[in-house]
Amino acid sequence: MIRAMLVINNQGKSRLAKFYNYTPVEQQQQLIRSIYSVLCLQPENVSNFIEGGLLLGPDSRLVYKLFATLYFVFVFDSSENELAMFDLIQVYVEILEKCFSNVCELDIVLNYGKMHTILDEMIVGGQVVETNSDIVMKAVEEISKLETTTAGAKLISKSASLLWG
Amino acid sequence: MNPFSSGTRLRDMIRAIRACKTAAEERAVVRKECASIRAAVSDNDNDYRHRNLAKLMFIHMLGYPTHFGQMECLKLIAAPGFPEKRIGYLGLMLLLDERQEVLMLVTNSLKQDLNHTNQYIVGLALCALGNICSAEMARDLAPEVERLLQFRDPNVRKKAALCSIRIVKKVPDLVENFVNPVASLLKEKHHGVLLTAMQLCADLCILSEEALEYFKKRCTEGLVKVLKDAVNSPYAPEYDISGIADPFLQIRLLRLLRILGHGDADASDCMNDVLAQVATKTESNKNAGNAILYECVETILSIEDSGGLRVLAINILGRFLSNRDNNIRYVALNMLMKAISVDGQAVQRHRATILECVKDSDASIRKRALELVYLLVNESNVKPLTKELIDYLEVSDQDFKGDLTARICSIVEKLSPDKLWYIDQMLKVLCEAGNYVKDEVWHALIVVITNASNLHGYTVRSLYRAIQTSVDQEAVVRVAVWCIGEYGDLLMNNTGMLDLEEPITVTESDAVDVIELAIKRHTSDLTTRAMCLIALLKLSSRFPSSSQRIKDIVTQSKGSLLLELQQRSIEFDSIIEKHQNLRAALVERMPVLDEATYSGRRSGSVPAAVSTSQGNALHLPNGVAKMADAPLLDLLDLSVDEPAAPNSSGGNFLQDLLGADISSSSSQSGKIQAQKSGTDVLLDLLSTGSAPAQNGSSTPDIFSISQDNKTSISALDSLSSPMVPPVQASPITGGSPMDLLDGFGPNPPVPKDNGPAHPPIVAFESSSLKIIFNFSKEPESPQTTLIEANFTNKSSEVYTDFIFQAAVPKFLQLHLEPASGNTLPSSSSGSITQKLRVTNNQHGKKSIMMRIRISYKLNGKDMLEEGQISNIPRDL
Repeated sequence: MIRAMLVINNQGKSRLAKFYNYTPVEQQQQLIRSIYSVLCLQPENVSNFIEGGLLLGPDSRLVYKLFATLYFVFVFDSSENELAMFDLIQVYVEILEKCFSNVCELDIVLNYGKMHTILDEMIVGGQVVETNSDIVMKAVEEISKLETTTAGAKLISKSASLLWG
Repeated sequence: MNPFSSGTRLRDMIRAIRACKTAAEERAVVRKECASIRAAVSDNDNDYRHRNLAKLMFIHMLGYPTHFGQMECLKLIAAPGFPEKRIGYLGLMLLLDERQEVLMLVTNSLKQDLNHTNQYIVGLALCALGNICSAEMARDLAPEVERLLQFRDPNVRKKAALCSIRIVKKVPDLVENFVNPVASLLKEKHHGVLLTAMQLCADLCILSEEALEYFKKRCTEGLVKVLKDAVNSPYAPEYDISGIADPFLQIRLLRLLRILGHGDADASDCMNDVLAQVATKTESNKNAGNAILYECVETILSIEDSGGLRVLAINILGRFLSNRDNNIRYVALNMLMKAISVDGQAVQRHRATILECVKDSDASIRKRALELVYLLVNESNVKPLTKELIDYLEVSDQDFKGDLTARICSIVEKLSPDKLWYIDQMLKVLCEAGNYVKDEVWHALIVVITNASNLHGYTVRSLYRAIQTSVDQEAVVRVAVWCIGEYGDLLMNNTGMLDLEEPITVTESDAVDVIELAIKRHTSDLTTRAMCLIALLKLSSRFPSSSQRIKDIVTQSKGSLLLELQQRSIEFDSIIEKHQNLRAALVERMPVLDEATYSGRRSGSVPAAVSTSQGNALHLPNGVAKMADAPLLDLLDLSVDEPAAPNSSGGNFLQDLLGADISSSSSQSGKIQAQKSGTDVLLDLLSTGSAPAQNGSSTPDIFSISQDNKTSISALDSLSSPMVPPVQASPITGGSPMDLLDGFGPNPPVPKDNGPAHPPIVAFESSSLKIIFNFSKEPESPQTTLIEANFTNKSSEVYTDFIFQAAVPKFLQLHLEPASGNTLPSSSSGSITQKLRVTNNQHGKKSIMMRIRISYKLNGKDMLEEGQISNIPRDL
């Protein structure tokens, strides 16, 4: 299963962190720091896989891809196909691209709620649920629409639009 | 309403945090926000609750504590509106820890939302449940999830399927409820549903044998057909990833087939065709295509044998190795490591390509390829492979040299066909990367050199050449210095020339030059310099004409700040100057070092006998040399004037004890020398424990008897006769003879006729566990030892599922009988016994040793202990 999905910028700041096994917040931060310290030392033109071992515990590995200023990282165990995980990063980023058109780090920081929405449509409980970007996009759009227009207290819908708009 | 909570919007907060220049500023902003959110929480502010929670999630991501927001999540989930629920569930997944009581509160809300009319709300609830479900929640909500597996909307069905995975993992009893729904989901056309259904199916199969059997029979054919369609399907753009139709689905299918086909010939047979199709038809120029091929290879290797298919699979991996993409090479090497155990021959065929990967620019690929090469080396290919690796050593990266040399040395040590080759290869390695080899490696080399008596001349000459070119490699210098010291004379006259060797002319002063150079190099460390001094001492005797020069060099270290060097220098100087007559005998060639002892010491944990203040660095060659110079010290201190006088304390003791006039005979060395150890035996016996009184009284008796027979027995003989009686007497004393006689050295007078008795040993002891070995032997086969292992539990808890495993080196064969039980009562109140039968092919040369592994369950938790047993006596 997939154990965690992380987005870390090249300064080491976490931009998205989702753990599929319960991990206390201190440990999450420590993991992010240690993963970043490994990633930023990776030379160019090397494979995108890192054996977890000491870093992440037994039977774990990590695949990463650097897009502009952001590292997209999946941590997973031996039941997942490394190359497929590498493609999954691609799928996720393609969906972000469709959502934000020319996505940049600022989009991701300000819309981290939407990042989670997309991720939740793709991965549930550490398992891939959907890889078709059209289906994911459709669900994400529906959810955004619901968040702004659902019947409820007007104040709430107003604040919601302030929240995600 | 609290004035603070109206504060900032989420975006403003994010901007404020991003604008912070320092970590302290950031903390201040976060603290302020947290304070206002806490205030809003305590005011029970409804209007901004979900905005506050959204902020909290961002703060959580930055690593600050947010536990005070947990109850807010529950309130939001219970709210009717979608935006609140959305934030509430997101918070639930991110912020909540596994404290059951809080999660219990949410179960009811989840139940309602799972039955909600809005499918997106159902989706939210399913997603949250799939991520955080606990065992209690799983029991309570399983019926809802099961029902949702048949929901009209496929988006809900697929999430329900993944939710079910979490549920059955938490509560495996529920597996059977899901078997039938999954079987029908597997017939669906919707890719997302099919993908998730296959994951659920795979997990059910792993959890339950029955489910596995069921799916094997009912679903294998259907799945094979789905895969066949996927492979042959026309282009399906919506699931396409860089031109490959739905790779994720194909990968899941292949993984499920792997589980179904493992260990089942019929199921494997059924999928052979389609696997061959996937392996041949999938395009391999894209990552997605390679991902499918990779999965396909793994499936082929795990299902039941079909020879041709395996070769096809391993050839795909071979092709991967020459792919330009690092990732592909990386996974291929990983998979080849697994494939070696399945079909080593097929992997061997790709040896050349794998060897190329050792030279890859990517360090992680190099490392894996090297491991793989290490696994591939055998007697038949060791020579060419070692040559390749050593050639590469010249040009490899500095950081890689350590790993590479370690592997090469290990290969050479393990598989060298003859000593000449071994020495040649090791010299090459040392010349290239002498600074990277571990001490054990060059220690072992010296041991091998001393044992190869016909190669001494060749070795020392090769080393002489090597040190000229590789003077900066510490290990070469050490080995060369040692060998020149020992075999310096062979350097001069080309003794023992091999056919392949070119003659060289070396003068005495050339040889001394080399050592002088080594001792004076500023990079040489203490060990090297100390070795140089010993070599010089030895050469001073071998090269009499250079003696004065050597003395000058030795004298230069007299003022060394390093105590060890200073001491050696002064001692050696005095030997060279004052003790010409004694020197030649002192610096004779070292006796041949015992390979078996050394390798035993290396692999076992027996501590080195001599440990000097320098610790490990000085172990073998120096340590041995030290033993030589320790008595030297005594000689110099005690009896400078009559160095050859035998140390006769044993005799004196005997004299005192017996009051007899035998001191004159004890000074006639000769035969006495041989019996010396016997005298010491007596001495030890008499001075140990309760025995002396009895022994002391018996010895004079014996002696007096022999005195009575004086007419026929000479004085010397009578002296020797008391040596035997104490040995026979010792069992009579009732003490433990083994203890008394222990550590006698050369010829311990164990009473052989009684048959060897083997005391039990404590083979392994940890804080929780103790293992005692009882030995017995079958008289007709000395090589076989029966060991009865006795396990006791030192802790206060009962161990269940107790399993003892052992592994032995190649020269041993081990047969484990079943244990007497698998439950070990607490506090040493009972034990398990297990019989081991060990056959030692090198009986008498090597002692029995083994690695052990003990696993057991302590309060349901798996525990594992490992260790090594190397204290089994040699005579077993």
